[in-house]
Amino acid sequence: MATQSCADVKPSTTTVRPDLKLLDLSLTERIVAEAFELLINPGVKVATPRAIELLAGAGTRVENGIAHIPESLARCALESVPREFFLYDRAGAAVVHYGGEKVHFDPGSSCLNILDPDTLQPRPAQSGDLVRLVQLTEMLPQFAAQSTAFVCNDVPQEIGDFYRLFLVLLYANKPVITGAFSAPTLQAMLDLLAADAGGGEALKRRPRAVFDVCPSPPLNWSEFAAENLLQLGHAGVPAQMVSMPLAGATAPVTLAGSVVQHAAECISGITIHQLASPGAPIVWGGAPAIFDMSAGCAPMGAIETVMLNMACTQVGKYLGLPTHGYLVATDSKLVDAQAGLESGISAVLGALAGINMISGAGMLDSLACHSLEKLVIDAEAISYAQRLVRGVEAGQETLAASAFAQIGLSGEFLRLKETRALFRSEQYFPSSVIQRGSEARADGQPLCDTFSRARTRVQEVLTSYKRPAMSLEREKSLLEIARREGARVGLQHLPGV
Amino acid sequence: MGCVHEETFRAMRQSIIDGAPEAAATLAQKSFVLGIAPLEAIDQGFVPGMNDVGEQFTLRTVFLPDMMAAAEAMKAAMNVLEPVLKQQGTERPCAGKVILGTAKGDIHEIGKTLVGTLLTAHGFQVHDLGVDVPSDHFAAAAADLAADIVGVSALLTTTMRGQKAVVEAIEHAGLRPRVKVIVGGAPVTRRWAEEIRADGYAKDAMRAVALVQGLMGSHSDTIRVS
Repeated sequence: MATQSCADVKPSTTTVRPDLKLLDLSLTERIVAEAFELLINPGVKVATPRAIELLAGAGTRVENGIAHIPESLARCALESVPREFFLYDRAGAAVVHYGGEKVHFDPGSSCLNILDPDTLQPRPAQSGDLVRLVQLTEMLPQFAAQSTAFVCNDVPQEIGDFYRLFLVLLYANKPVITGAFSAPTLQAMLDLLAADAGGGEALKRRPRAVFDVCPSPPLNWSEFAAENLLQLGHAGVPAQMVSMPLAGATAPVTLAGSVVQHAAECISGITIHQLASPGAPIVWGGAPAIFDMSAGCAPMGAIETVMLNMACTQVGKYLGLPTHGYLVATDSKLVDAQAGLESGISAVLGALAGINMISGAGMLDSLACHSLEKLVIDAEAISYAQRLVRGVEAGQETLAASAFAQIGLSGEFLRLKETRALFRSEQYFPSSVIQRGSEARADGQPLCDTFSRARTRVQEVLTSYKRPAMSLEREKSLLEIARREGARVGLQHLPGV
Repeated sequence: MGCVHEETFRAMRQSIIDGAPEAAATLAQKSFVLGIAPLEAIDQGFVPGMNDVGEQFTLRTVFLPDMMAAAEAMKAAMNVLEPVLKQQGTERPCAGKVILGTAKGDIHEIGKTLVGTLLTAHGFQVHDLGVDVPSDHFAAAAADLAADIVGVSALLTTTMRGQKAVVEAIEHAGLRPRVKVIVGGAPVTRRWAEEIRADGYAKDAMRAVALVQGLMGSHSDTIRVS
């Protein structure tokens, strides 16, 4: 029998990007086909006259506010969606790449409560809490983008969405995942972003934010949501659909059935959006979840919820679209082992699914509560996931032979130059949140758990925060818009500034 | 007032931090030309570099391969400087004699070797007995070499007992309390060190240096931890 020596093997320098798919091609095609069927029958509720006009004008039958969107029209819209786009930081660097297999993470958003690390009770979040979360996110390299993480309770509800974006822009350089709660504030938020970018055209050219837009399950584009799509398309600011089928409650109980509904909601949103602004960027995204039949809630840390996110993403990728999902969250009320396992598992699986933007880190209690301590722990899980998808690299001429040629059987790998040259890229070095080695058994000292270490880490990171540079002129513009909006609702001073 | 050789000392220090043996050896050679006394080069140039790396290691900003590279650089400099020191009859004052080895049955030597390298860099005379060393060999070597300190390393919980055997062997040989026994290794704790009546314990290589320095300057009977 012929043997092949090592020298005969052509050195491979390619790296496999590990991935995980839940659907085979035939199931993916069935899902898309059924989604197109749903668009015709039962059709999609669309509450905005402007959107209805656009749909009807393009050959959609509309009856009683229900649009029966033909597949040909929807396919046409899918064709005009950009396959990729970038979000830029304030300095103009393209730091978030929506499209292909790129994976990014941002903290969960729009939370009302924060976990008080002293009392271990949730309390209503204030502007100062948002500022601290923004500062933390700014300093953690695991997060490519900020999110408008809290709805601050010390700010009038009417401008709650606007104000959180204002604070993020004031304290961060990174791009932002945000969203509006009403049409007037959406315009104010776009004004704010334009001021930050140096004008509406500059914002269009180099968008810094993406706006979440949520259809209501099942298959319902509310007046506000559809208007949002139209307005964002017009401004050239990327929209991110957050379709939220709840398997068994507001969507079919099977995972596959819910994925079909997610697809139909996204395709109908894309059709409206692209009819208004062909070629404007939009993301195939969502926060799909199962419905827990015992607790009567949407468990964000459930494995089936993770599977839904992965499968929905796979359908979006099959259609060639940028993708988003909602993971790295937990249903636990505390930053405990359940929080760790649910968030860690979903970070890894979301990365393996190649979801372009994964929102949700830091969140507890089925998205009802945020925690700074959880955010720094989740950052470690994210680093593990990011390392995993970097894969096993084969960049060296020999894999092990040259090392052995240098040191024989002495075992002195630590002394090798290549060890020193490569260990930093081969291995991820966790922060002090992760305990390794024997030092942790500090003699006589009480052992310190992950939550305690995370508390220390939060303080360390916050201490190292420096507010990113911003021109005085830009800052003045942001403050002016904030004062204008604040005055509209009787806000005397700007909290968190 | 700035020293005239400050720039050279800084380069020496940096060659250790960079883990660059060639640069360190060249600088050691250069010190002769510049009229820097070898002891001065060691104490003001190279050792501060080693200390810097050690501190950074404790802070987790540099890692084991960096530390090993720094030690290699230190060795390269010493190889140039030591023969001249001997020639001049101005050998580096010995900070103390240390015997090192891993406990019987244990073949893991990375930690022990690193401790040895750092101790050497800090002016200690180190005799490394290697791995899988029977307890009576430690005792015999301590007597023969008139050692001040015996360091026993163990990576496994199963070989930790070998550390206790060394304490007993040193005692039976009548060398205690003059010869101090220190222990280290991943599973070792202060409690274990107390239990086996060792004289000291350190969590990592840098702390081991501080521990040994402390023991050399102390006659206290209490256990030391660094």
